[in-house]
Amino acid sequence: MTELATPSRPQRPEFRNINAFKDLPTYRWPLAALVSGMHRISGLIMFLLLPFIIWLFDTSVSSEFSYARFSAAFSTGLGFLPGWFIKLVALGLIWAFLHHIVAGLRHLWMDVAHAVSKEFGRRSAIVTLVLSLGVTALLGAKLFNLY
Amino acid sequence: MSVNYGSKRLVVGAHYGLRDWLAQRVTAVLMVLFTLVVLVKVLVTRGPLGYEGWAGIFAPQWMKALTFTIIVALIWHIWVGMREIWMDYVKPVWLRLSLQVFTIVWLAGCAGWAIQVLWRL
Repeated sequence: MTELATPSRPQRPEFRNINAFKDLPTYRWPLAALVSGMHRISGLIMFLLLPFIIWLFDTSVSSEFSYARFSAAFSTGLGFLPGWFIKLVALGLIWAFLHHIVAGLRHLWMDVAHAVSKEFGRRSAIVTLVLSLGVTALLGAKLFNLY
Repeated sequence: MSVNYGSKRLVVGAHYGLRDWLAQRVTAVLMVLFTLVVLVKVLVTRGPLGYEGWAGIFAPQWMKALTFTIIVALIWHIWVGMREIWMDYVKPVWLRLSLQVFTIVWLAGCAGWAIQVLWRL
């Protein structure tokens, strides 16, 4: 109230019809917003790579022969794509899945517990990022034979 | 939900969109539970998993039925999410409609493929 009544209110940037190139670089991204944006991006990635995911399912379960092709994709490659590239795409999918599932569980928790405070949003966003990126790093290291 | 078709259909109000919201959460919970089932089955396997162990997880009839349900849940979940993305970021009606049609075609094709794989097992 007092702040509104004072004539010298701090000038804050106003965004209308956000332009991806002009506005987004200067746009403020609180961690909760970042997690939300990444939730959408990870979902989009998995949607676009859905045929690849089903190819992995198909080749891995159909027969011994196809299973060998499935394994070879990660070592010798697939068509003109080298094995490390397939591993990289798989790692991208692992991240997308982990981020999506943790951020989704965060949403479910908010729905059930009515946990909608600003502080909870920030803290749970940190937990989401640490968990999803941490497990992605662990599985990625395994995928690239680091341990 | 009241009348959702014809001239008396409800197009505004607090409950519009509740079905999508709920479907998104129900399908998500189902997929989380399915992930846990597969994860447990992988972890209880003794020794290296290999083809036999991995394909064996999906071989029982109940697991096929469950996986089939999860494929339906997945497609439904993706549809709600992708429609939301197109509605939020794509304004021109012709482009949005085209992207939504593409999404449906993409998802229907993928679902058919996945289900075919499942019942060949």
